Amino acid sequence: MSTVISTADSDRLRPSSGEDTGPAVVSLRGAVATVGGRPVLRGVDLTVRPGEVVALLGANGSGKSTTVKSVIGSVPLEQGSLELFGRPLRRFRDWHRIGYVPQRTTAAGGVPATVREVVSTGRLPQHGLLPFRRKDRDAVDRALASVGMLDRAGDGVTNLSGGQHQRVLIARALVGLPDLLIMDEPMAGVDVDSQQVLADILRSEVERGCAVLLVLHELGPLEPLIDRAVVLRDGCVAHDGPPPRGVGQHALPGHDHVHPHADDHHRTTQGLLA
Amino acid sequence: MIEMFQPDFMQRAFLAALLVGITAPSVGIYLVQRRQALMGDGIGHVALTGVGLGFLFQANPIWMAVLVCVLGAIVMELVRARGNQRGDIALAMLFYGGMAGGKLLVSMSSQAGSGSLESYLWGSILTVSPGDLAVIGGLAAVVVAVTAGLRRQLFAVCQDEEFARVTGLPVRVLNLLLAVMAAVTVTVAMRVVGLLLVSALMVVPVAAAQQLTRSFAATQAAAVSVGVVTALLGVGTSYEADLPSGPTIVILAILAFALFSAIAAPLAKRRHRHRAAAEHGPAVCDVALPVQNPNAQSLSAQSLSADGTEDAADTTRAAAGAAVKAPLSGETLSSRGLAQ
Repeated sequence: MSTVISTADSDRLRPSSGEDTGPAVVSLRGAVATVGGRPVLRGVDLTVRPGEVVALLGANGSGKSTTVKSVIGSVPLEQGSLELFGRPLRRFRDWHRIGYVPQRTTAAGGVPATVREVVSTGRLPQHGLLPFRRKDRDAVDRALASVGMLDRAGDGVTNLSGGQHQRVLIARALVGLPDLLIMDEPMAGVDVDSQQVLADILRSEVERGCAVLLVLHELGPLEPLIDRAVVLRDGCVAHDGPPPRGVGQHALPGHDHVHPHADDHHRTTQGLLA
Repeated sequence: MIEMFQPDFMQRAFLAALLVGITAPSVGIYLVQRRQALMGDGIGHVALTGVGLGFLFQANPIWMAVLVCVLGAIVMELVRARGNQRGDIALAMLFYGGMAGGKLLVSMSSQAGSGSLESYLWGSILTVSPGDLAVIGGLAAVVVAVTAGLRRQLFAVCQDEEFARVTGLPVRVLNLLLAVMAAVTVTVAMRVVGLLLVSALMVVPVAAAQQLTRSFAATQAAAVSVGVVTALLGVGTSYEADLPSGPTIVILAILAFALFSAIAAPLAKRRHRHRAAAEHGPAVCDVALPVQNPNAQSLSAQSLSADGTEDAADTTRAAAGAAVKAPLSGETLSSRGLAQ
């Protein structure tokens, strides 16, 4: 499977996705699932290896979100198997290793809550029934700082813009320093500037060694980060390999497709300005 | 004034009101957060069947109501969790069945007249016996222990259920626990405000509190304060003016809501002005403001730094204040109106 990564990644900081890096982070085999009586997944295979960035692409209704929801166990599988970090879902307990960023619409309560309160819920796997202690608070501060929202910690979440809200949800997923980040349409309803901010946040997580499973409508500014794309069509995998390209600047001769690092940020932005 | 605290029945009444003032908003805040503000109402309807069963079998109506309410609440939670499209029809059956069943059972029982059913529908805090008070106190202690002890877990589940599941929380258990706590609260409050107004004491203090607060913790504290103050004031007022206690408490809570709403808008505006000045321009404006004049933002930033055209900045702030306020009140409305 590692052969599908065709881009030059020999110089990357993160662990490369070789066979010797332990079991796959996500291993979904022959997933069949129905939502509301309608068959949505009809035999989906999906593998995410440690440190790998996989994009789930496809049209509306192709089963992207349902695939992600079955990976987190919120849509039950009727057939097929799911292993997380090498353990079957039923016996999986290390939820702190997974950071989940849902579609933005799902996270609004009927009572006001501050940014800090929402992000703190991401720390629940660590402190459990014990009181919320100093180190938990520090972890929340770190996560807020990493998405540039520390100065807004006391603000109500309802008063945030789309991009800011998305950053809060990412911070909530990052509090526990996950080994797998699952994001459902992180770019939906986010303006172009914030998209760039999100791409930067994601890049630093990837450099830390975090594997990422992304549902995307289009590749957009995240394209340089993506190792592999899985394209769904009508609940089946239509493509599993390098991200589909051949459009925009990437098709131009001489375009240098690079995986960005912290020090060559300008190269990414150049590609983005297309 | 002092003599109202003298009789034993008044002391018990104030104590019962205090307990209800604490417990009802403690549970209610999670229901409002989950946009299920009217769940308490539904449980109240179902509780009537429990009261009817208590009359029929000559058992303590409170315990029978606890039993039936817990069962009803669990059914409601299971219906909600399935997300079934016809879920609201199922809930309607439960509510009206509970109401009708209660009245039928009461009329079948030999001992009780319609007067005692009235006392459960509208509350009769002056007839709370020491035995009732012990039951109410015990149940209230359980509710407070759960809602305060598990506040982070319950907050997470009610804020974003799917995310809570990925943190490994036993979401289903917590949801059922919350439903059971809501059922227990309804029976605790039934003697004080009556089954028909139980839900008001779970929802109105929360709605009032959140007019002024930005955080969940502050809302929780403020809602319990509003609940306690209005419950105690309501009992006092009903004694002085010879009014029924339940409706008096509820009207007072609604007055608190109106008062807080009235002072919320100027307060939010002032808060916003502070922040706009601190941030060197109304950064919050990029939220969702359909600004009439797209240049107003840059204008206001200029005017702040240059101390120039002050009114341009003012209009922006006013508009921003309105925008901050609008989603809040809209939410309150929808959370009260839409929840089933």
